Amino acid sequence: MPTPLDRLLDLPQAALGVRATRQQAIASNIANADTPNYKARDLDFRSALDSAMGGKVGGPVELARTSSQHLEAKADGLMGQALKYRTETQSSVDGNTVDMDVERAAFAENSVQYEALLTFISGRLRTMQNAIQGQ
Amino acid sequence: MGNMFNVFGIAGSALTAQSVRLNTVSSNLANADSVTSANGQPYRAKQVVFEARPVSEGGDASGVRVTQIVESAAPMRTTYDPTNPAANADGYVQMPNVNVVEEMVNMISASRSYQTNAEMMNTAKQLMLKTLTIGQ
Repeated sequence: MPTPLDRLLDLPQAALGVRATRQQAIASNIANADTPNYKARDLDFRSALDSAMGGKVGGPVELARTSSQHLEAKADGLMGQALKYRTETQSSVDGNTVDMDVERAAFAENSVQYEALLTFISGRLRTMQNAIQGQ
Repeated sequence: MGNMFNVFGIAGSALTAQSVRLNTVSSNLANADSVTSANGQPYRAKQVVFEARPVSEGGDASGVRVTQIVESAAPMRTTYDPTNPAANADGYVQMPNVNVVEEMVNMISASRSYQTNAEMMNTAKQLMLKTLTIGQ
């Protein structure tokens, strides 16, 4: 059973996972900046976090099962659902929609957010430690 | 789910692809004036073809790879040089179809992309190292 101490870390932990996933999505965009017909994608952070927290909004799509023997059909990729195509700022001849400036900015922003989350987690762990030691 | 290690795979694949591109550029520039090649014909410019490719089975994050290296279909350059042993009866020599300006642009683009991806790898590494220090 999750204790209040566990719950203290739930949100930053899920958010950290989403940040890491977003880092991957942006890395894909930057890596494919020269690939013809590649379409840039990014995570919708809110819906990704909602599904990571198990919320109903934007949660995994499941098929209704009328028998326990039915196979479970669940879209389990966090990436798949919250991944949205980026709106093109400048079109290019080869059909590629990666805008390097946008991607670089997003990559830097996401890195800072990731580090901030790490700081929050460390802070919460320190809080817990203080609580346990009763100081 | 989010696995920062994939960033290394993605950036690594891009580094490989860009270095292949850089290799073809250097081959093209080096052979910009090669009137004959291994098959006896003038050298033809080579171009890489990139393709986005998922780094993991069924994954959404995609790296990049070189699917093939094609020979440019551009018309050969013809120069008038009757003293050249490769000249035809009218004194014209078929020269490679390498566009030097295009290759220089290609080189700069490849080198910038390489730099960006190397930087990306570095950032991912720093983030992972920071993650390891949680709770210390």
